[in-house]
Amino acid sequence: MWLWIHKFGSPKYFYSVSGKLLPWVAGATVLLIVMGLYLGLVTSPADYQQRETVRIMYIHVPSAWNSMFIYLLMAVAAAIGLIWNIKLADIVAAVSAPIGASFTFITLVTGSLWGKPMWGTWWEWDARLTSELILLFLYLGYIALQSAFEDRRLAARASAVLAIVGAVNVPIIYYSVQWWNTLHQPQSLGVGMSTIHLSMLWPLLIMALGFKLLYVVILLMRTRAEVLERERNNAWVQELAQALAGRDFFRSGNEYR
Amino acid sequence: MSGATGVWGALGTLIRRDLLLALRRRAQVLNPLVFFVIVVTLFPLGLGPAPNLLQKLAPGVLWVAALLSAMLSLEAMFHSDFEDGSLEQLLLVPQPVFIIVLAKALTHWLLSGLPLLLLAPILALWLHLPNEAILVLLITLALGTPVLSLIGAIGVALTVGLRRGGVLLSLLVLPLYIPVLIMGAGAVDSAAAGLSVGEHLSILGALLAFAVTLAPWAAGAALRISVE
Amino acid sequence: MNIAEFFQMDGYALYVWGAYGVTLVVLALNVMLARQQQRKALRAILRAAQRDRSRA
Repeated sequence: MWLWIHKFGSPKYFYSVSGKLLPWVAGATVLLIVMGLYLGLVTSPADYQQRETVRIMYIHVPSAWNSMFIYLLMAVAAAIGLIWNIKLADIVAAVSAPIGASFTFITLVTGSLWGKPMWGTWWEWDARLTSELILLFLYLGYIALQSAFEDRRLAARASAVLAIVGAVNVPIIYYSVQWWNTLHQPQSLGVGMSTIHLSMLWPLLIMALGFKLLYVVILLMRTRAEVLERERNNAWVQELAQALAGRDFFRSGNEYR
Repeated sequence: MSGATGVWGALGTLIRRDLLLALRRRAQVLNPLVFFVIVVTLFPLGLGPAPNLLQKLAPGVLWVAALLSAMLSLEAMFHSDFEDGSLEQLLLVPQPVFIIVLAKALTHWLLSGLPLLLLAPILALWLHLPNEAILVLLITLALGTPVLSLIGAIGVALTVGLRRGGVLLSLLVLPLYIPVLIMGAGAVDSAAAGLSVGEHLSILGALLAFAVTLAPWAAGAALRISVE
Repeated sequence: MNIAEFFQMDGYALYVWGAYGVTLVVLALNVMLARQQQRKALRAILRAAQRDRSRA
């Protein structure tokens, strides 16, 4: 495990392995999401109470899961980067934040669009939606701190502390919001996971897996780009450039002049 | 501060030094308190003077104003020490960083949280809060404002090296203040409605214990990164 | 179920398709920006490499 981290942590190794991996993960992602969409939008039944709006669940819930999962992963990556000084972990953490914020944003918008026909309002101070909103603030704070430093190493280390503090606080925030919510209004949106019918569970799980993989795809793409930018002056990047320069692909079009 | 001084000695010395420094910059200490009073005053002016409306909103208004005024004074915690280089020297003393941060947070609380405890009852009266609720307000402020200072210390430690840290600081710190706001305002609200507040207060106490033990570590790590 | 019914979503078309639309836009934007960043990085490196070669 330890050796593996160090080997995979070397940017060069990561770049070549991730390059080979990427098409496969991307393929699997497209396959899963298309399958999930077909099952969710076409074959799964409308809900008895929520009718067709229940189909929003197949993107809302996977996005919500992703938004929390990515924050946790970001904090773990940031901690690894901070403690063992692994550059790749720093990049993974930094690059994850905007992706996680995107999923949080999607959760909020789809939740709002689900809430309008169900609750009759665009926004309800429901415990889960409120927690997601606060999670979005945490992501925005992290991104703001990350971009406030000019020095990349300093940015990575300072924002790592923030990510860890945030991750410790997320459960506290979540429970206090839930507790606050039960005091003020016991209303909640969604389908209880235990009562959900199989014909709805399958598309949900497939979409959830598809969204997870989509995150991995975007993460790999952005990490690769970031690695190239940061390792610009290293020999292996220069070699890569020489190899690519020979290809016609990069000579066509004025943008490469 | 010699190496022979114990941990508590160092804590006391640091607090005494910072209080003395603050005494020379009285305006800096007073401004957030005036801010607190003004913010609370704005609400009756914005909402109208109806007593039952004000009473309903009072817990939230007072706690939000406390949050904002605590945040305003945060920057002073490390700023002048960072500017004149004494922060770097403080990090070199044999006492753990934990103690230094704890001393800083405690001083901040003495200068921002404690005066709020004195001001809050008057403002609560202005907002027609019933007497039992005022007592609970004081307890929640006593338990909650130290948490604000401690969590705030992490935020300031992270942003002290930045030129434009002010707005960023609020972005980092305010979301982390939410549990304190919920518990503090919730307790006062319950008390005003004649309900029990034991649960709120014990959660606030737990938050305080949690913050005292963990926040100085995080802030210490952040300070080392910022000073580097 | 015919196609028209499918798109009407029992009268909830705005909400259902709105939600799917927003999701598509945000996620597509993420993928596109990542690709753009990759291209930009490669282009910068290539330009530097060409500069070095022409200098040599």
